[in-house]
Amino acid sequence: MDRKDFKFISGWIEKDSTVLDLGCGDSTLLNFLRKNKNVKGYGFEKDIKKVQESISKNISVIQADFNSGLEKYFDKNFFDYAVMTQALQENKNPDKIIIEMLRVAKEGIVTFPNMGFWKNRLQLGLLGKMPMSDSLPNNWFDTPNIHLCTFKDFEKLCDDLNITIIEKMVLNSNYESNKLLSLFPNLFGEIALYRFCKK
Amino acid sequence: MDKKKEISSVGIIKPKTVDIKETLKLDCGKVLDGFKLIYETYGELNPEKNNAILICHALSGDHHAAGYHSKDDKKPGWWDSCIGPGKPFDTNKFFVVSLNNLGGCRGSSGPNSQNEKTGKEYGPDFPIVTVKDWVNSQKMLADFLEIDCWACVVGGSLGGMQALQWAISYPKKIKNSIIVAAAAKLSAQNIAFNEVARQAIITDPDFHDGRYNDFGVIPKRGLSIARMLGHITYLSDDSMRQKFGRDLREGKLHFGYDVDFQVESYLRYQAQAFVERFDANTYLLMTKALDYFDPANEYKGDLSLAFEKTDAKFLVVSFTSDWRFSSSKSHEIVKSLVKAKKNVSYAEIEANQGHDAFLMPIPDYLNVLSNFMDNLEGLENYG
Repeated sequence: MDRKDFKFISGWIEKDSTVLDLGCGDSTLLNFLRKNKNVKGYGFEKDIKKVQESISKNISVIQADFNSGLEKYFDKNFFDYAVMTQALQENKNPDKIIIEMLRVAKEGIVTFPNMGFWKNRLQLGLLGKMPMSDSLPNNWFDTPNIHLCTFKDFEKLCDDLNITIIEKMVLNSNYESNKLLSLFPNLFGEIALYRFCKK
Repeated sequence: MDKKKEISSVGIIKPKTVDIKETLKLDCGKVLDGFKLIYETYGELNPEKNNAILICHALSGDHHAAGYHSKDDKKPGWWDSCIGPGKPFDTNKFFVVSLNNLGGCRGSSGPNSQNEKTGKEYGPDFPIVTVKDWVNSQKMLADFLEIDCWACVVGGSLGGMQALQWAISYPKKIKNSIIVAAAAKLSAQNIAFNEVARQAIITDPDFHDGRYNDFGVIPKRGLSIARMLGHITYLSDDSMRQKFGRDLREGKLHFGYDVDFQVESYLRYQAQAFVERFDANTYLLMTKALDYFDPANEYKGDLSLAFEKTDAKFLVVSFTSDWRFSSSKSHEIVKSLVKAKKNVSYAEIEANQGHDAFLMPIPDYLNVLSNFMDNLEGLENYG
């Protein structure tokens, strides 16, 4: 099943480019990009079952945990794009992985859920509970999300790391945009897509 | 396996021998004026001749990879878990070729075969052959079988090195390559293990400079020790603990130097069985082939340059507990293939059996192989 954010990501990617997908899952995105943009893609995935599914799709996939670094596999500036969808918050060191993405690729693309979404703020601020929502469906104790952030936090990190944000897109949990979202992205946005490069 | 396939055996197999008349120029500078290769085949070659798979064996392997030689055989071939109807190398679809390498001792020309020029056994005079030489000899076998291009070349350990070398030596004669538990070159530690094994054999008083058969003896002790050492390095600490722990064979200590622990008994048994089936000169030769393998050497040390000419698709597999050919060795291969912009997938299989895992029917491993084989490059239809 195609996820809607994949279409937006595809829109940012040039034809015939090389793409690294970190945490590629069953390689739905790479398969989509191969068909629509003729990209040369490599996936990075730690789950053997998903690696097997990717191999079935005839995608080049490397079974590894990107927390242990990419230098074992890739030289610098090898890719046009390094993509990471909904996995940034699961990283041990999101800052290091962003730096690493821009070491191996000219541009980075990430998508992640917004901790600053108003419902999340409400749950923590008023109810005193760790937030749960469509984009954050897990309990605090079983969530893979160990480094959640808000859009503002991410943009601050990019600034600190000397990274330029080329484009961004703020969406609700149905991957749609509206006026409210564009006016107050950090309050009403649930998911963001960022495209960035080194300054 | 995901898809429901009827899994069965290739059944009773009869090995064949080909007498190759061509001259083979070896890396060491010597020349072989013709040689014999013993091989087995499973499945049928299709009319397009594009469904052939070459299986390359490891140090102590041979041509008998699947099925049985007779109804009385206790064990099938060494890779029966992977070759046969419904298995990853599905003989309903593919024509599988497995040979005993040159220098082997199971029917192909090697130290224990007759030198037709002298009428005597080669013994230690059989030239040292390399992985590259093997691949050249396998190419001659392919020509004999009228296979212009392999759908896939596959091997584990030393066999994986051959699968890798094929893509370098004959880049257009191989569509896919599966490299399991292998390395692009051995580490110093690995060479050191091989050297201890060789020294054990060479210093055995029954070795007689490799002419032991002339004296009616075999260097049993040396070959046993070599095998025991090798065997330990093929297992993991974990798997030995699970298999033997500190179990005693007779329930008590003997305060002597004979067998106390089960693990000792096991090693002696394995060594004994090995001595009966394997030739010491071949063992020496195989370990040298391992040590010498370093295909990047011809490409200024950059393995990725060695892959430039091939369009083959690759699958690299390693096992988490393998310390003889550790995953980091496979990472090097993968990195070079990515750098050369080749299609490559890599699986690091969770397994506690050590290096030997490549011979085991581990479900995740077999699924990776099956999924790869279902999507071979250049094989949309099998005719």
